[in-house]
Amino acid sequence: MGEVIVITSGKGGVGKTTTTANIGAGLAMESKSVVLIDADIGLRNLDVVMGLENRIVYDIVDVVEGRCRIKQALIKDKRYPGLFIIPASQTRDKNSVSPEQMANLTAELRKEFDYVLIDCPAGIEQGFKNAIAGADKAFVVTTPEVSAVRDADRIIGLLEANGLKDPKLIINRIRPQMVKKGDMMNIDDILDILAISLLGVVPDDENIIISTNKGDPAVADDHSKAGQAYRNIVARTMGHKVPIMEMDEPGFIDRLKRLFGVKVG
Amino acid sequence: MDFLGLFRNRNKGSKSAAKERLQLVLVHDRAGVSPEFLEMLKGEIMQVISKYIEIEQEEFDIQLTRTKSDDGERTVPALVANIPFNKMKPNTIRAKEDETE
Repeated sequence: MGEVIVITSGKGGVGKTTTTANIGAGLAMESKSVVLIDADIGLRNLDVVMGLENRIVYDIVDVVEGRCRIKQALIKDKRYPGLFIIPASQTRDKNSVSPEQMANLTAELRKEFDYVLIDCPAGIEQGFKNAIAGADKAFVVTTPEVSAVRDADRIIGLLEANGLKDPKLIINRIRPQMVKKGDMMNIDDILDILAISLLGVVPDDENIIISTNKGDPAVADDHSKAGQAYRNIVARTMGHKVPIMEMDEPGFIDRLKRLFGVKVG
Repeated sequence: MDFLGLFRNRNKGSKSAAKERLQLVLVHDRAGVSPEFLEMLKGEIMQVISKYIEIEQEEFDIQLTRTKSDDGERTVPALVANIPFNKMKPNTIRAKEDETE
């Protein structure tokens, strides 16, 4: 039996879909069988982030309304053999699916897959209730901003009220230089406020924009810092212990010193 | 232009402001208490107390904070009121005595 994990945040635009795509692709790179469900009905996006937008025939509403079998709605990824997505419907709304239907769908999928990841829509209404219905774990994505952290706190409360205990936090788009200057909350500040355990920290990285432009998750990019962070998150998702990676990039002076062979502390 | 001020701001960093503001707003969020509700509560409490005591209305302050629970194991929301007053209203004490007679 596979695990069903919902990736949620409360606030929009913090990187839920990118996170879902990268963890999913990363797990598939580790030879796991994975299905990603886009639960953001009406605002379909996971397909374009994954570069699979041209392959969609059926969507999640077709599945729950019985117009197709689950197998027919599974879109096979072009890179990894074990990776599939079930796209959201673009023409329907959140009320087209009920929490019971989502729970049934994930119950079926977990029989076949090691991981079922659900990309939750922003907000706390019907779409959120649907997305968490079948999940047994939750990852909460936030960025180091007051609005995102506040919404994350609200989501954590709602998850726990719905029986999803011990959600894990992913801090996205942290900027080490700003943290260093004291102009951005650091990891400890955010953990202090939200009081949940940390799954990973993803640095702000232009490579994410480039890889999303191409529809290629950055997790496969060896040169991307964010890609490395996602690979670490994937390892932790599989239960491995991996230390949080060092964010600090060497400053100009450090690089100069290194150039002249001076040891940098 | 206040160049010194510019440097001071830069040295302090804005993250402490972010953290403090967040912590305050989350106390309200978590308890489900809105600022409007607090204002309403403040008004009613002020009315009741003003019947007996001359209070300094300008200084009256009621806030939501967090405190340790009695068993010391949890943090619970707490209402903290600061109500400075001038003196008891003499007629109210007399009124009470009249009632008991």
